[in-house]
Formats: sequence, C-alpha cells, structure tokens
Amino acid sequence: MYYAIFAYEPEPAVDALSKEQDAAMMAELAEVRRKLSAEGKLGPVARLMPTPAATTVRRATETVVLDGPFAETKEQLLGFYIVNCETLQDAIDAAQQLTAPRRAAGLPGALEIRPLAAYFPAGA
Amino acid sequence: MLYAILCYSDEVATRAKPKAQDDALLADLEPVQRQLCDEGKLGPHLRLMPTTAATTLRYGKETVVLDGPFAETKEQLLGFYVIECANFDEAIEVGQRLLGPRIAHGGAGALEIRPVAMSWTGGSLK
Amino acid sequence: MNDIGWIDAALTAARPQAVAALLRYFRDLDTAEEAFQEACLRALKHWPLNGPPRDPAAWLILVGRNVALDHVRRRSRQEALPPDDVISDLEDAEANVAERLDNAHYRDDVLRLLFICCHPELPATQQIALALRIVSGLYVKEIARAFLVSEAAMEQRITRAKRRVGAADVPFETPGAPERAQRLAAVAAMLYLLFNEGYSASGGDVHVRVPLCEEAIRLARLLLRLFPAEPEIMGLLALLLLQHARAPARLDSEGAIVLLDDQDRSLWDREMIDEGLALVEKALRHRRPGPYQIQAAIAAVHARAPRPEQTDWAEIDRQYAILETLQPSPVVTLNRAVAVSKVQGPVAALEMIEGLAQPLAGYFHFHGLKGALLMQLGRDAEARDAFNRAIALAHTPAEAAHIRLHLDRMQREGKPRSTKKASAHQRQG
Repeated sequence: MYYAIFAYEPEPAVDALSKEQDAAMMAELAEVRRKLSAEGKLGPVARLMPTPAATTVRRATETVVLDGPFAETKEQLLGFYIVNCETLQDAIDAAQQLTAPRRAAGLPGALEIRPLAAYFPAGA
Repeated sequence: MLYAILCYSDEVATRAKPKAQDDALLADLEPVQRQLCDEGKLGPHLRLMPTTAATTLRYGKETVVLDGPFAETKEQLLGFYVIECANFDEAIEVGQRLLGPRIAHGGAGALEIRPVAMSWTGGSLK
Repeated sequence: MNDIGWIDAALTAARPQAVAALLRYFRDLDTAEEAFQEACLRALKHWPLNGPPRDPAAWLILVGRNVALDHVRRRSRQEALPPDDVISDLEDAEANVAERLDNAHYRDDVLRLLFICCHPELPATQQIALALRIVSGLYVKEIARAFLVSEAAMEQRITRAKRRVGAADVPFETPGAPERAQRLAAVAAMLYLLFNEGYSASGGDVHVRVPLCEEAIRLARLLLRLFPAEPEIMGLLALLLLQHARAPARLDSEGAIVLLDDQDRSLWDREMIDEGLALVEKALRHRRPGPYQIQAAIAAVHARAPRPEQTDWAEIDRQYAILETLQPSPVVTLNRAVAVSKVQGPVAALEMIEGLAQPLAGYFHFHGLKGALLMQLGRDAEARDAFNRAIALAHTPAEAAHIRLHLDRMQREGKPRSTKKASAHQRQG
C-alpha cells in the first residue's frame, strides 16, 4: 500500500529554529530517509516553502487567485513523503522514525499518514 | 522551479456524488494531465484516500497515534500534483488548466500552489 | 534537545502574538511584558510535566492575563493567590481563547506592537533596539553585543525609548485601512533598518552580523503571514532573503568584503534565493510596484545570473529607472549609475553621477564608484583622489581595505585598466 505522510508544524516554531538547529534536524532526517530508501519504502519527498509563498486558486462565482495558503490554520502543511509499506503499522513505524528528529529539534507538530487512492510517479 | 499543487475540497460533498460523475471527471482530467506531461511539466501526482482513512502521529512531549486526519477542516486535502514550471505565471496557468475539469463537473474547492523548497526522488516505488 | 530547549523555541515563537495580545489587554508595555515573563515561568514549570499545549500563544496569554490580574487583586486586597494547579484546568479554556484569537484581532495586535516600536519620534537605533527587546525578546546583553555598545548603555537606550513610546499614546481601536497601511509601511521600514544594521555594521569590525539579519527575516515572515496579500511585504521579505543569501560569500577568510562580481556564487544560499524569487514573482503579479518590490526584483536579477557576466544589467537599469521615479534619491541614482556603466560604459555613468557630488559628498559609496569609473578611464590621479576620500569615509575596516585594494592595484600596474568593469560599490554587494 502506498501512503502519503504529511508534515504539519506551526510555522513560527520552525522560524524560531536557528540555522544550526534546522541543519542538525535535516541531517538526522537525511539519515532516516536513507534507511527507508534502502528498505525500498521511500518515494518522492518534498519540503514545501513557507506558506507566504503560496497562492490559492479558488472558485466561488468565478475563479479567483488569492495570496496565501488555502487554509489559515495554527499549523501548516510543510512537506510530505510518499512511502510504500505493507501495513499501516509499517507506515506508522516509518513515521515514528521521521518524528524523532523533529521532536529533537523541539518542534511540536504532527505527521498525518494517509493511504493513496491513486499514484502516478511521473507523467500521466 | 518545482511547485506542489495541493487540491482541497469538501470530501463529504465530493464523495456524495455518483461514481459515474467521478469517472467523468477523471476522464476529463486525463487529457489535461497527459498534455502537461508531454510539455514536461508534470511529475508525481496522486489522489488520497478520504481523511477517515488517515492516522496522525502527534509529537511533542511524547508521540501519540490518533485516528483521523491532522486537522478537522471544512475542506480537506484530497490530492496533489508536483509540477515543474519556468515561472510562477506558468504555475498559475497549470493550476487553471487543472481546475477546468473540476469546475465543469461542479466541484467546489481550491487549488493551492506552493513552491517546493527541497525535494528528493527517493527510491523507485513499484 | 532537552525539554528546556523545546520550551525555549516555543516561547520565542509565541512571543510576538502573546505580548501583543497582553498589550491590548493591559494597554501598558511594562505590564504586558511582565505578564508574559510570568507566564513563561509558569510554562517552564508546567509544560515539562504536561507536554506543550496545543496552542502555546493562547496558553501564555491566558496565564499571563490571570497572573497579572492576580497581582493587581493581591495588591489591592492582600488576598492569597489561587493555588498553582488551577492552571491545569486551562486546557479547556485554552480552546476558547484560541477561537477568539483566530480572528482579525491578532494581526492588528502584532502590527500594533511592532508599530509602537517604530514611533517616528524614536531615532532608528532606538526603534530597532526596542523591537529586538520587546518583540523578539532578546536580552539587553545580546542587543548590546549586536550594537557593539555596553550593556548599561543599551539598557538606558531601551528605557528611554520605552518612556517615549509610553507617552506616545498609540490608539488601541482596530485601525482603519489607511491607518493600517501607514503602520505596515512604518514597520516594514523598521525591519529593513534592522536587517541593514546586521548587513552592513555601522561601525566596528564585524561586517555581517547574521543574527540581526535572521531576526529581521523572521519578523518579515511573521508580518507577511499576517498580511499575505500585501505585495510590498512580499517584496520586503524577498529582498531580505535575496540579500542575505549572499552572506556566506560576502567576506573572505580575512574578513575583507568580496564584491558581487568576485563572489563565489556556489556559496550563495540556494534555498533562500528560491524562496526570494518565488515571492518576487508573486508580488509582481499584483502590478502595484513599490520600492521593496523593485529592489527585490533587482536582487533577483543578480540571483538569477549563474556568473557575473551573465547579469542582465539592462534590466537592472530599467528597474532603477522605475525606482528613481517612485522614490527619487541620490543613492538610487548612484546605484543606477553602476548599471549604466555596465550597459553604456564609464563615461555615461560618470555623467550621471556628476550632479551627485554635492548631496553625496559624505557618502563612501559615491567616492568608491567615482574612483572605479575614473580608474577604468585611466584617469589615475583623479581616481586616487576619489579613493582616498572613500577610505576616509569608510564605516568598517573591511570597506577601507577593499578600496585600498584598488589603490594597490593601480600602484602595481601603473596603467589604465580600460577592461576592468566598475565594481559594484552599491549596497547590492
């Protein structure tokens, strides 16, 4: 089964990390990615830019282009992983590994694991 | 520049529609996606299962595993595209093209276009 | 990171919102700050036991408010404080407060807090010091270090600034649109000052003081998150990111300035550049140009050029021309002259800056550019004269050392350097 793992954090908490803290967290996460990759479980991964860089195209009575992310929430979607795991428990285990560096950096967010209904690695 | 196009919609309303209507939407999206692919603009894209299938790990002091999506919102993240565009205007244009079939089939919701800060291809998934 | 580490990060992140809300509540800066401090002490005690609250800012506001109110009551009635564990009931109340904070109040609160720091009566250095103390929560000791002054002097500066803004009486009603725009502009200017204070130290020998730059970027992000559709705030953040991206390449191992043309562009921070470029594009779509957007667009042209000779100087010239009409100033013309020298050559650029001799007589960069242009034309004696004046006006040893390099080069080669381009003496360096 394919799962998407979405990373949510309150952006101000991410902003409050020093460059060194962020670098340390990213280094630890790289280690986790390498491990999951070696196990054949990891697909594309992305870290999104902060939400001020987002734009939303919405349709009300007509299509409008709005600055900012889709939802104004306390925590923002900041990135995602695509993983291939046998079971939900495997996916949870993978996610657990991905939470550790975040916790270590003092981030208070969450990872959401959602199975994919359809997946196209590239192209149609 | 890589962009993620995040698709948000009210999943309850979306799922209330007859399957034939969803099939028709997918059929109309297919040529748009193929065209984007031919233009070299479309990377991985996917449709998520409903948020009821989601599990959330909250970490802080300790990690708790919770059923359900991260946030209870009126509209949910239902899928996304990763696209490669020369500039932002082009990304908006791609967004508009992907919105077209959705509007035609009475979809309400929004597409969020967000630049990707870093990406890794990972291993190849079978 | 240990428990205290994550709590520290959470408190830093929540501070602007929490202090701003407490200020609205108490209408007094000192009371708001004290209430926040008290709430932080409680957080240090409670969070390690119960885990972080879902919404740290809401928690701090609620606790800060209660504690401060208790103080008032206790002072008036000499009544005992309620036991600490009353606070454990906060989890429910927290949800309510969070709900109330989600509305537009919050962004005006934070804007007001920032705006109070940049009261027009305060000199620039006091504005920045106050913002760093109140909004960012830096210790006086840290701010003093950043400004290269003694702790006592900084303490005094901040106290004086607080007294002034305390008397200034900023209204607490929700501002109207024109007032909000005015506040935003003032705050943007203050953040740019803060950034520049870090970017080109006005004295001392540290040329890039990274923490000030990073704090300016953090606050600009906060501001844009509150006002996501303001193209000038997008421009401001983009400008800061694009300039700061070059920091790793701006100084050599000896601490001397490396000019834009000579910088190792592989050292530029790609991540910051990408975000900056994304924001410039977003901003320009609004077709409401402003000074920050244009300066960001200029920085973007540099960022897009993989090598200096690929820089689109004609585009930079065009952007400066717009800036000249929007915000005419001798410095803008001086910067445009650099682009003109690249597109049309040193003669045209010299003509352009001729009229600036008077207004920019005391400006380091004017004499630096003039010298470089004259040197290109082989007018060495005049060039030397201009360079010597620049050295006399240099703010940092790095600036002076850089000009001396030109002089040495002329000395060594003793002949016109017609092929050498005018170096970018502008702030874009």
